Amino acid sequence: MLEQLGLASAADLFVSIPKDLRLARELQTSPALSEIELLAGFDRLAETNFGAQRISFLGAGAYQHYVPTIVDHLISRSEFFTAYTPYQPEISQGTLQAIFEFQTLVCQLTGMEVANASMYDGSTALAEAVLMAERVTKRSKVIACGAIHPEYVDVITTYVQHAGIELVHEPVNPETGQVAGALELLDDKTAALVVQSPNFFGCIEDVAALAEKAHAVGALLIVSITEAISLGLLRSPGACGADIVVAEGQSFGVPLSFGGPYVGLFATREKYARQIPGRLVGEAYDKEGRRGFVLTLATREQHIRREKATSNICTNEGLIALASTIYLETMGRSGLREVAEHCAQKTAYAAKEIRRIKRFSIPFTGARFNEFVVRGPVAAMDLLAKLGSERGITGGLALSHYFPDRPNDFLVCVTEMNSRADIDALVAGLVSLTKA
Amino acid sequence: MKSNITKVTSHINPNEALIFERSQTGRVGYRLPALDVDEEPIATIVPQQYLRDDDLVGLPEVSEVDVIRHFVRMSTWNYSIDQGMYPLGSCTMKYNSRLNEKVARIPGFANLHPLTEVENAQGALAVIYQLQQELAEITGLPGISLQPAAGAHGEMTGVMVIRSFIDARDGEEASAKRRTMLIPDSAHGTNPASAHLSGFSVKTIRSTAEGLTDLEHLRELCAGGDVAGLMLTNPNTLGLFERNIKEICQIVHDAGGLVYMDGANMNALVGIARPGDMGVDVIHLNLHKTFSTPHGGGGPGCGPCCCSKELEPFLPVPRVVQIDEQFKLDFNYPQSIGRVKAFFGNYGMMLRALAYIQTHGYDGLREATEAAVLNARYIANGLVSDYEKPFNDPPMHEVVFTDKRQSRKGVHTLDIAKRLIDYGFHPMTIYFPLIVQGAMLIEPTESVGRQELDQFIEAMRSIAQEAIENPELVLSAPHDTRIGRLDEAAAARKPVLRWKPKQAATAS
Amino acid sequence: MANIPDDLHYSKDHEWVRADGGVATVGITDHAQNQLGDVVYVELPKVGDEFGANEPFGSVESVKAVSEVFSPVSGEIVEINGSLTDSPEKVNTDPYGDGWMIRVKMSNAGEVDSMLSAAEYEDFTKAETE
Repeated sequence: MLEQLGLASAADLFVSIPKDLRLARELQTSPALSEIELLAGFDRLAETNFGAQRISFLGAGAYQHYVPTIVDHLISRSEFFTAYTPYQPEISQGTLQAIFEFQTLVCQLTGMEVANASMYDGSTALAEAVLMAERVTKRSKVIACGAIHPEYVDVITTYVQHAGIELVHEPVNPETGQVAGALELLDDKTAALVVQSPNFFGCIEDVAALAEKAHAVGALLIVSITEAISLGLLRSPGACGADIVVAEGQSFGVPLSFGGPYVGLFATREKYARQIPGRLVGEAYDKEGRRGFVLTLATREQHIRREKATSNICTNEGLIALASTIYLETMGRSGLREVAEHCAQKTAYAAKEIRRIKRFSIPFTGARFNEFVVRGPVAAMDLLAKLGSERGITGGLALSHYFPDRPNDFLVCVTEMNSRADIDALVAGLVSLTKA
Repeated sequence: MKSNITKVTSHINPNEALIFERSQTGRVGYRLPALDVDEEPIATIVPQQYLRDDDLVGLPEVSEVDVIRHFVRMSTWNYSIDQGMYPLGSCTMKYNSRLNEKVARIPGFANLHPLTEVENAQGALAVIYQLQQELAEITGLPGISLQPAAGAHGEMTGVMVIRSFIDARDGEEASAKRRTMLIPDSAHGTNPASAHLSGFSVKTIRSTAEGLTDLEHLRELCAGGDVAGLMLTNPNTLGLFERNIKEICQIVHDAGGLVYMDGANMNALVGIARPGDMGVDVIHLNLHKTFSTPHGGGGPGCGPCCCSKELEPFLPVPRVVQIDEQFKLDFNYPQSIGRVKAFFGNYGMMLRALAYIQTHGYDGLREATEAAVLNARYIANGLVSDYEKPFNDPPMHEVVFTDKRQSRKGVHTLDIAKRLIDYGFHPMTIYFPLIVQGAMLIEPTESVGRQELDQFIEAMRSIAQEAIENPELVLSAPHDTRIGRLDEAAAARKPVLRWKPKQAATAS
Repeated sequence: MANIPDDLHYSKDHEWVRADGGVATVGITDHAQNQLGDVVYVELPKVGDEFGANEPFGSVESVKAVSEVFSPVSGEIVEINGSLTDSPEKVNTDPYGDGWMIRVKMSNAGEVDSMLSAAEYEDFTKAETE
């Protein structure tokens, strides 16, 4: 081929790069490995991830749930995982129809009217919701209410720092763990109230009451959800009056994978459809009247509107959205409800048992779904470290990780993956490690 | 002409309905273990007012085999890399190794929670650290953050890093006068959108007739003293290496600005040249392009942000560092722009990219680049007699042609693209970059052999012939796909963005 | 060849104006709608909004493009063509009739005199496409 192009060597392919910019040596990256060596190397590294081998009660934004076998099988089909963004609808109907189903499922679960084709994850979806609220209301104050995932708050803070948006915080009620509710900062300059429910401490918020307060001053209510399985049991944010709903979709069939890739769900009211960030798929017909699906309302997006686009997002989480779609369709109407009920029942059992342990308490009274804060008699960081090394149990998240003023508190999450025996082992471990 | 084509035949699975239309009350496709704790009435756990009261009506009720058939049938409507060449310019659709998929599914990684204490996640952090090291060597830029989830996210991160650096260097007041980001007219739309998110206003730089950045215009724009930076893709979106890159960087630096390079086209450079050696201050990479992680029908991606030593303190936190053989998270970067995503980014993509780098080795990475450029050059050579090639410089890993000759017969880029489908190929990128009328941007990547390149060239030349002899054949393409061209205008005028039950649809 | 009625005034941004007393009706030209392709959405201002001459008052979208529309005359919006919300295609099918966009109570009726005549606009579009 080189010869045919009149070139003497591969180096001649790069003559348009000035000589002094061409690397005169090989890269000092690793030498080529065979499949056997490569897998052995990664296996060795994986073995030191002790956390992956233990019974776990860790939640806090990433959850361990049952994933039906067919999810991974189907997303591994070449036609899905080696396809690109469906720019040519005639040969991308598989991807397009799947996204249309995804958008529908997200609307059904959140109780909203329009949903996009996905965002990077729950945290960035929330940041985009805040930016959208500013566009819709043309107001610049946003109130983050109560216990929102600290990393989500960090992400919003990063996103709004140059957007002229003032982010303020409404405190947590120390008794209930819910939004304190005074909302003194709420006024007619407020673009949106942001609330997470169930919140970071596991407490369910009174979303309907917050929606009413927001709407009374012409602000939007943004609801963020990190544990999407809760939608199987809890009243939808849409039914409570939310204007924008975002969620982390990881619980819907996506492995923990040390934090990603996950998938952000983003849904809103029909009247705001032209303000949505990201891709949208809509129904369309060909000349013969056959139904198909296309990317639509693209004039919102960066490739057309450039700096005036509703977002800079291009690549989204297509394959993970597909995994969530397959998960939701496999579990279906009764499965999602059943998983959610198992989570709630097992969590109630765990809370009841832990509350009985001497010198342990559950500091917040707010109703919970599958997470709750436990207050122990000793530093939670040390207690959990011992529970891990001595009992092989990851007992939860020490809240001092985010809140240094909560040294003895830890967040426990229970899902359908935790058997009664696991819960009993956790309780026994806590008892024996805190015996005076 | 038509008889020579191996065309898509009538489709075996033409009529798979939406899952909602397949749903049958009472069907299930899962089984959970029996509840092993004493069941309490649900309203004693969650107060009634917080409970869902719609009974999840509308969610599908199907069996496992229903779901399998549903998605397998739909999958057959997609074109994919595994079926053949996917020459989307600027998207780098290269082969996705199954070995990398296997690595990402090793339970020790797949089942690891992101909030695991670092002592119990050393292997996972080692992967992040190693990938940082490899990417630093590949780009010649030592500061790496793997947190951004995709290219545009990496761009936003990089531009925010520039913004924070200038704020710190000049002080808020002086920095406020430096709010202009220069972007060539050939750039990806994500560039201006990302600049806007960081509070910059955009000024557009013209390209020369040769397809390169107009240095005179650049100097003129830099003279204003308000320039914070330049966002430049190199090789640019016309597939041409900006050979004046050093001078470009010098002009911007002399004006007090920084140079951001969009690394979408790194597949032309890996092992051959390094942005860090060119004077570039910060770039993003697309692991789903250059490093072969799968595109998955639109994502996920992973968009590492790589920068100079000087900019490193501004990268997102936490940073993964190595101290005494232990990997740790370092949050102590007070000048950091902050966090851009929860947890560590799209970790599964990092595993795949590291596996790609390690299976290729340094020599394999360079050879892949050479093959990618050779293939593009071969296509450029093969099509130049039939299609208008607007720029003379030899292309790097992708080449742009136009429909100038065909449009005289009323055949446009869109028609050529649709006709290519009939020949069994995915079309190239069309109508991008925007500065080239009727652009067709072709990027074969290294994952095609000569035989397939010849088939592609032959198909394109055959279409050029058809455009002369039988334009109607091209204008009405594609012919035997499951559906024809869809009425996108009608879809946008009255958007239907979700399924609704029949009764509800007529009621509203 | 694009349709360019003789009785209207034209702008270099491809809007037309029909002046009737102190009120100007504004839309985009046949040439403009042709260049744009199928119009799928029209964004219009509110009645009562005020615009200076050559300020953008809204936008027109096709499937893959969006263009701002400018008011060639200054004044207050007294009426908008609300039917474009449901039927944006009127901009394609009847740009000078049912596809009109806004009516402006002109604050300076002299502004229309500095606009292009039909003949001048025809020359202008020819020069632009060459």
